Amino acid sequence: MASLDDLKKRISSVKSTQKITKAMKMVAAAKLKRAQESAEKGRPYSQKMNNVILNLSSGISDKDNAPKLLSGTGKEQIHLCVVMTSDRGLCGGFNANIIKKAKSYFLKIVSEGKELKIITVGSKGNDQLKRTFGDKIIENISFKNSKNASYFDAEKVGKSIIEKFEKEEFDICTIFYNQFKNVITQIPQSQQIIPLNVENDNQNNVVDSYEFEPDEDEILSNLLPKNISTQIFKAMLENSASEQGARMSAMDNATRNAGEMVDKLTIEYNRSRQAAITKELIEIISGAESL
Amino acid sequence: MSEEFKIEIVNPEKSFFSKDDVIETVIPAFEGEMGILKDHISIISFLKPGIITIRSKSSEEKFYVEDGIVEFKNNNLSVLTSSIYNLKELDKVMVQDLIKLAEEDASKSGISDQSKYLFDQKIEVLRNLN
Repeated sequence: MASLDDLKKRISSVKSTQKITKAMKMVAAAKLKRAQESAEKGRPYSQKMNNVILNLSSGISDKDNAPKLLSGTGKEQIHLCVVMTSDRGLCGGFNANIIKKAKSYFLKIVSEGKELKIITVGSKGNDQLKRTFGDKIIENISFKNSKNASYFDAEKVGKSIIEKFEKEEFDICTIFYNQFKNVITQIPQSQQIIPLNVENDNQNNVVDSYEFEPDEDEILSNLLPKNISTQIFKAMLENSASEQGARMSAMDNATRNAGEMVDKLTIEYNRSRQAAITKELIEIISGAESL
Repeated sequence: MSEEFKIEIVNPEKSFFSKDDVIETVIPAFEGEMGILKDHISIISFLKPGIITIRSKSSEEKFYVEDGIVEFKNNNLSVLTSSIYNLKELDKVMVQDLIKLAEEDASKSGISDQSKYLFDQKIEVLRNLN
């Protein structure tokens, strides 16, 4: 049995850990509110963008000459995967969930004999994927310095992806991110952004007739690169909200566990203190009796 | 009957501006300035750098945009743009900064004629602001 002093030390150490996790939870909760707000505010833009593209692509007469970002290169040989994770740890299963989803997709691609290229966004994903897929990672982008997800950052990622596409370095691009559902649930998502899956989001079937100025093709070729940045930005916003949510619930759990541990240790401490007192009493009494 | 329609300007971060009682909007569309009144035909177009003017009965507001997409449908005008500034909030120093940035971009080698044209356009609009 540990001595009284040791127990005391352990209790105080667990207590200070609990203070830290509690503080982290508070910080995450405050950040989550902001991240959630900006995720919600960012939705109209990507939705409208989607609508416009939907209208445009259905208006396109000549499918064969459609921009490559929409129709694809006609091959599916080289897959580019953009895995978006956080830059910081201590957020529960947040990063692990994305990595798991991404890895199973990677294995599928590799087993089909296709070529795989990976871009990681965020350092945690890079750290975890380095071990198994290190040779496949072609780029690692990290936004450690910028506090909030900004469109400027997303544009940088988008541009580098489009540049690679124009050099024909890949045929299909998929992004992996966590979709924010609520504080406890984040759903790892994979979304194909090149070529664009238009049929997928065909929810509002009312396609209006528009006048285009200039013509559809020109607008589309101008719009599609923007849409990629927008999709990446949306993923970044969802991701940052998810990260804070995951961290908040992870830290909440940690705080609760620390509390339980403190309770258990306190009971043990009191018990051994009582035992020591009893032992001393017995010694004194038996000493007095023997006189 | 009222002659008013709705406008909404959104940028990637948030809904930037919206108004219900707009009478006329002038936008710098790619092929020239375009005035939009109520019951305009549905249209999609994109923007070149310029000034968006929004007139309602009581007020007139002006915004400087660098790029974007406009969609007009059922008397709803949506403007999607990644770079927009309210002229009221845009002071001389910021304008100078924007000009400098645009000049740097325009002087880069290897840009297409189209983007060169856009940058020149940008510089011209900004210079006129001062």
